[in-house]
Amino acid sequence: MMDDVINQSVLWIQAGLGTKMGLQDKGQTQKMNLFQAVTSALDNSLAKDPTAVIFGEDVAFGGVFRCTVGLRDKYGKDRVFNTPLCEQGIVGFGIGIAVTGATAIAEIQFADYIFPAFDQIVNEAAKYRYRSGDLFNCGSLTIRAPWGCVGHGALYHSQSPEAFFAHCPGIKVVVPRSPFQAKGLLLSCIEDKNPCIFFEPKILYRAAVEQVPVEPYSIPLSQAEVIQEGSDVTLVAWGTQVHVIREVASMAQEKLGVSCEVIDLRTILPWDMDTVCKSVIKTGRLLISHEAPLTGGFASEISSTVQEECFLNLEAPISRVCGYDTPFPHIFEPFYIPDKWKCYDALRKMINY
Amino acid sequence: MKKMLAAAVSRVLSGVAQKPASRVLVASCNYSNDATFEIKKCDLYRLEEGPPVTTVLTREDGLKYYRMMQTIRRMELKADQLYKQKFIRGFCHLCDGQEACCVGLEAGINPTDHVITSYRAHGLCYTRGLSVRAILAELTGRRGGCAKGKGGSMHMYAKNFYGGNGIVGAQGPLGAGVALACKYKGKKEVCLTLYGDGAANQGQIFEAYNMAALWKLPCVFVCENNLYGMGTSAERAAASTDYYKRGHFIPGLRVDGMDVLCVREATRFAADYCRSEKGPIVMELQTYRYHGHSMSDPGVSYRTRQEIQNVRSKSDPIMLLKDRMVNSKLATVEEFKEIDVEVRKEINDAAHFATTDPEPPLEELGHHIYWDNPPFEVRGASQWIKFKSLS
Repeated sequence: MMDDVINQSVLWIQAGLGTKMGLQDKGQTQKMNLFQAVTSALDNSLAKDPTAVIFGEDVAFGGVFRCTVGLRDKYGKDRVFNTPLCEQGIVGFGIGIAVTGATAIAEIQFADYIFPAFDQIVNEAAKYRYRSGDLFNCGSLTIRAPWGCVGHGALYHSQSPEAFFAHCPGIKVVVPRSPFQAKGLLLSCIEDKNPCIFFEPKILYRAAVEQVPVEPYSIPLSQAEVIQEGSDVTLVAWGTQVHVIREVASMAQEKLGVSCEVIDLRTILPWDMDTVCKSVIKTGRLLISHEAPLTGGFASEISSTVQEECFLNLEAPISRVCGYDTPFPHIFEPFYIPDKWKCYDALRKMINY
Repeated sequence: MKKMLAAAVSRVLSGVAQKPASRVLVASCNYSNDATFEIKKCDLYRLEEGPPVTTVLTREDGLKYYRMMQTIRRMELKADQLYKQKFIRGFCHLCDGQEACCVGLEAGINPTDHVITSYRAHGLCYTRGLSVRAILAELTGRRGGCAKGKGGSMHMYAKNFYGGNGIVGAQGPLGAGVALACKYKGKKEVCLTLYGDGAANQGQIFEAYNMAALWKLPCVFVCENNLYGMGTSAERAAASTDYYKRGHFIPGLRVDGMDVLCVREATRFAADYCRSEKGPIVMELQTYRYHGHSMSDPGVSYRTRQEIQNVRSKSDPIMLLKDRMVNSKLATVEEFKEIDVEVRKEINDAAHFATTDPEPPLEELGHHIYWDNPPFEVRGASQWIKFKSLS
């Protein structure tokens, strides 16, 4: 079942329907998958910024997902180096580097392991500028972590912890959906003068392939992208789930004649309320989907804000299609994830409300 | 002639317990019942005396250890095979090569003592009392598995065995906590808290050391140093690779982890140390794993095949025990072959069970989130699909 989802996603992405941003003005492009796009972004950063360093577990040989292949050979072992196995240490160390003004790009091997570093991120990184009255900041810190379900990850290799960090003012949380988006958003995160967490959907590392510019470019943060315009329902997701709702949109058009507006949120914190609300005012219906558990997931924040801003425009209750309120299961994964059928079902019920 | 006799005896008594055949063989072959062996002296840190350098191994114990190690070895190889056939999915961390550690540790403690370890746990699951069936069925995610199919490779539990932990180093403070409970209950039990050379650099381990030493907890910190933390060799990750000294204010010993007798004696020594309320102790087991870190790691990109082959030919734990026992006439080569055959059959049966047992029913998706709550409905992907959570 999971393989079907991946295959469908690959077809969609290769069809080039994923991005509306023009590639014309960005120079020479190359076919890259997501991890190659990340490598390209890191390569550009290290070339442009002499203070940039990349560190984390196993990054020197290229990383467990090959995101840092070739960088150590190109830029030297004092700029791309391994850390011992200590996430709290990695992030704390990164905050220290960033405070002195150097650009720190830390890698946490899986988003599931970010929790020992949670205190450092939430209590130190996020609050540094605020508590020092803008005297100090760790804005040049970017933390990258593979994120989301992968088909066989079970409890500790599949989590999507963006909701935990969304509750923390002071940091930015970004999730790309494709190689082109990933490179642009990662470069923006690195340039951004605030500590950023960049979650990379690990299932798309190889599965997503598209033409990506070789030269650096940036995609603005806190701007959602309307991938497909529509008039009846707004569908919002981020990361891998965007591809699922795109398919749901086409299913809805084909089977129900319903025109869906598909939005990729891209930045979770601070999120683009204007784009989403404008869309809901137009359509009157909203469906949000993510793999993370339902209770307290980021869909709840979007839902709450939208009902505040667009109450009178809503034709049906806002629908959230998310993972179950259980730990991410081992054998039950195909039943746990919010696949296209669950989203389609929810959409249908919303239309017939 | 001897072979025919042995075979005939085995055939006749194959339905009955093994012992009568052994006794017949003993009587006919004039084997001794036990032998004394010299074992490697352990390096000591902050300790005046260490474990003894000689030990007595009885025939019965020797055959038991051999059988256990061979079962673990075969079980891990079967898991490798099942993984490649895609019956087992997800993550699978095999411990073949480290059998002497699990068996030796178990031999040095009582079943009432407690053990907690990391994700490379299949061997310890077996020594702590889980059957091969339950372990393999858990790996394939079936309802006959020890965690009902919900945990998988990294989350297997048994009585007095607290798993099976996926997050590196997280079991350190947990083990110290179990040791606190042991001290509190006053039954002279100890807790073996295992972790690897990679986890030895985690902050939590040092927090656990501090608490254990401060409150004199009966906690044996066991560092299974297999020289590589996933793909990073110990020298590249640790400022000090003397893991037995890392406890600083906690005494430590470094043990040859490929010799089951050495591990047994060291464990007895360490457990006695803790039981006599002297506080925690650190034990570093120098061992080696043949497989890569997990099934997705071929294991040869950061070390040479030559190195693996060297260890296999010179220090394989099963081979070491077998050679010792045969050379000191504690058992015959045929007996070991018989054990091999039985073990193979057991593993094959277990694998058959693991691949044919049904998966847990879908309703169990929401079970066991909380305890003692009235059954509630687990919300999820859709407002109209909910699972019941029973405790």
